[in-house]
Amino acid sequence: MSGTDEHSASRAVLEVDDVTVSFSGRTILDHVSFEIRPGEFTGLIGSNGVGKTTLLRVILGLQKSSTGAVRVMGESRGRSSRSIGYVPQKVLFDPDVPVRARDFVALGLDAHRLGLPRRTAAQRDLVERTLIEVDAASFADARVGTLSGGEQQRVLIGHALISRPQLLLLDEPLANLDPKSVQEIVALLHRIVVEHHVAVLLSAHEMNALLPVMDRIVYLTGGRAASGTTDEVIRSDVLSALYGHHVDVLQLHGRVLVVAEPGAETDDIPSHPTLQLD
Amino acid sequence: MSILFEPGFLSNAPVRGALVLGAIVAVVSAVVGTFTVLRSQSFAGHALTDVATTGGAAATYYGANVLAGFISASVLGAGSIEAIGEHRIRRRDLATGIVLGASTGLSALFLWLDSSSATTGASQHILFGSIFEVASSTIPDAVALGIVVLVVVALLWRPLLLSAVSPEIAAARGIRTRLVGTLFTLALAVSVGLTSIAIGSILSTALLIGPAAAALRVTRTIARAMSLACAFGVAATWLGILFAYDSPYWFSSGNGLPVSFFIVAIVFALYLVTGLPFLRRRLGRRAVRTTRSAPPVVAANTGVR
Amino acid sequence: MFTGFMVNAWEVATIVAVVAGVVGFFVVLRGSAFPAHAIPNGAFAGAAGANLIGVSPLVGLGVFSLLAALGIGSLGRRGRPDVATALALVMLLALGAAFLSRTREFEQQIFALLFGDLFGVATLALLPVGVLAAACLGAIAALYRPLLLASLAPEVALARGIRPHLVEMAFLVVVACATTMTVPVVGALLIFALMIGPPAAARCFTGRPDAAIGVSVALALLVVWSSIACAYQSNWPVGFFVGTFSAALYVIARLYEVLVAAQQRRHASR
Repeated sequence: MSGTDEHSASRAVLEVDDVTVSFSGRTILDHVSFEIRPGEFTGLIGSNGVGKTTLLRVILGLQKSSTGAVRVMGESRGRSSRSIGYVPQKVLFDPDVPVRARDFVALGLDAHRLGLPRRTAAQRDLVERTLIEVDAASFADARVGTLSGGEQQRVLIGHALISRPQLLLLDEPLANLDPKSVQEIVALLHRIVVEHHVAVLLSAHEMNALLPVMDRIVYLTGGRAASGTTDEVIRSDVLSALYGHHVDVLQLHGRVLVVAEPGAETDDIPSHPTLQLD
Repeated sequence: MSILFEPGFLSNAPVRGALVLGAIVAVVSAVVGTFTVLRSQSFAGHALTDVATTGGAAATYYGANVLAGFISASVLGAGSIEAIGEHRIRRRDLATGIVLGASTGLSALFLWLDSSSATTGASQHILFGSIFEVASSTIPDAVALGIVVLVVVALLWRPLLLSAVSPEIAAARGIRTRLVGTLFTLALAVSVGLTSIAIGSILSTALLIGPAAAALRVTRTIARAMSLACAFGVAATWLGILFAYDSPYWFSSGNGLPVSFFIVAIVFALYLVTGLPFLRRRLGRRAVRTTRSAPPVVAANTGVR
Repeated sequence: MFTGFMVNAWEVATIVAVVAGVVGFFVVLRGSAFPAHAIPNGAFAGAAGANLIGVSPLVGLGVFSLLAALGIGSLGRRGRPDVATALALVMLLALGAAFLSRTREFEQQIFALLFGDLFGVATLALLPVGVLAAACLGAIAALYRPLLLASLAPEVALARGIRPHLVEMAFLVVVACATTMTVPVVGALLIFALMIGPPAAARCFTGRPDAAIGVSVALALLVVWSSIACAYQSNWPVGFFVGTFSAALYVIARLYEVLVAAQQRRHASR
């Protein structure tokens, strides 16, 4: 950790460099490249089955890429990285499981350590503060299996956050939540980004909830990706090139709609082409 | 040919009885076993054989009909497991374990109390059984029960199929998954009680799980898996009986190896072979899978909320 | 009841209960009821085999319980875990049947190994039991945190560099170790009742992992001590009491849980 390194502030937290992944003849990821800088909120947008999870697995080091490389904090991707905190899509907890939200968050500190846990007062304090930060204080002593989807989400975020990673990686955190919970989680993540200067990369198939907070978007379709700010990427010309056929981008009431021409391949597009106005 | 078939194989009455009974048991086990494996109820399938043996031990002690003991204990056990009422696999296995623990404790008691026959002989017999020793008078009863089980499975076929592949869709279609599950578990209990007394609890589990699991690995549809499982089961049983009959001739002591050993070994080998990677690639088919996760979300949502 | 050879029985039983309570906490957490049943049963076949070749049954127990653990772990990785467990179990039991068929001398000991024998416990030297117990508890203590996370959320553990598959294998080996030392006391068929009933009941009383382990051990001790006392008085097999008391404990705990939940609902609706 060199204190005089002026570049470290602007050095990329995550560099995905020309990543390609193919399965049985199908190319899932096709020379995908993008960068994430410290404190950036990035949305990985794409419809289901398009390769978002595969890309996340490559970033986590669980999947090999046939070309290129992934670098975390400038270093090649190893088996694990303390710099990344991972929040999976869904964890099934039995309601009976005798582990409280508080215990699960505390595990985030040292789950990889051998031996019995002996937590100092400072550590216990940190657990308490993290619980408050993720708005989990009210159910800190409830069993994780009895929590709602949104509450469990927050516990998982707390678990990932407490070890102070440089990057929080979330796999479809908004997928099964009601609209109110979606707003709460997005607001929470934004708060974390601002207060801890930690980068966030989350995958989603619907970008509208993230528009107010996203610094950067990585738009994935057909194995190809376009990355940049929302204004740079969500444009008719950029997306048409990505899809390989013409698409229109409409902005309506602060929301974005990607519309394909009738008859074109539409199952790839994260937003439904048919407009429904109330 | 005479090397394989030692003298008197087919003219031997107990052997003929064993071949017939074995085939019946193998077929019933394969049919029930296919759904058992799909529904991840292998533990229940095995546990119920032990519970059935408890019934056998109790029946022996009270001098009651042993077959009735096996079947009623097994059904009672299945009922208890269902009554504890868990449908998540982990918790269901826990409930199964509790019932199994209680019934094994009872079995210990009955075997110990039944001091008329040498305790150890009875426990060994009940645990391991022997297909050669089953009286031919049991065959009609076995056939009748076997038919009952097959009829129940046939009646439950479509709801069983659907809930095995996707419980969510089945529930959405109005299928009473809980009821179907309970009925199946009871059918499983009867099947297992029947096979336990016929061939012992070890073989019962092996023939229930092994052929079905092997078949599911190499075929695409459930119906085909079931037929293949029957074929595997019958083949393993007959081959095992043959080897067991021949085996005394292999040892100078004239003491052969038990038939259960051969059948289980063949079934186990079948399972291992169907799991070999090169075989999977050559057959190139995706084996039958159940969806453990929710079905993929249809990518159609309006941008307007 | 507390003098002479029985002292040994109480001491060994206490050690067994502690190990069963701790290991059992994870057995229930991981949903490993079937392996916990299969490993001791497979081990029993090993005891028969050991007897055949004139080796101490304890060695046979150890070797076969290890075989069972490794078989279940490796087969379960490729296929369905419960199928793997079932087939590994029956294969080992079939081997046991084969061993038993070669000799008639073993029959006396079968019952004791299956269901537990008080007299058998009493003559067991404390040292090997103590060593195995220390090994089991030490392994659990060392692996506590990765084991806990891998049991709760394998994906999260994987992302942290913990390998859930290795953890599973290590855990099964610990269960094998626990089995080897406990089978002579409670019997092959019943040891898993100790590893399931008390820990499952313990969950109903507390939501904290450390407290749950403590309660699990306490309940296991309760079951074992009362089983020995009853077996001593009635001359009935220890295993009978272990099995039925464990089940009763579980039922009571679940009823308690249901009652508490009902009371909370009534409280909330006021």
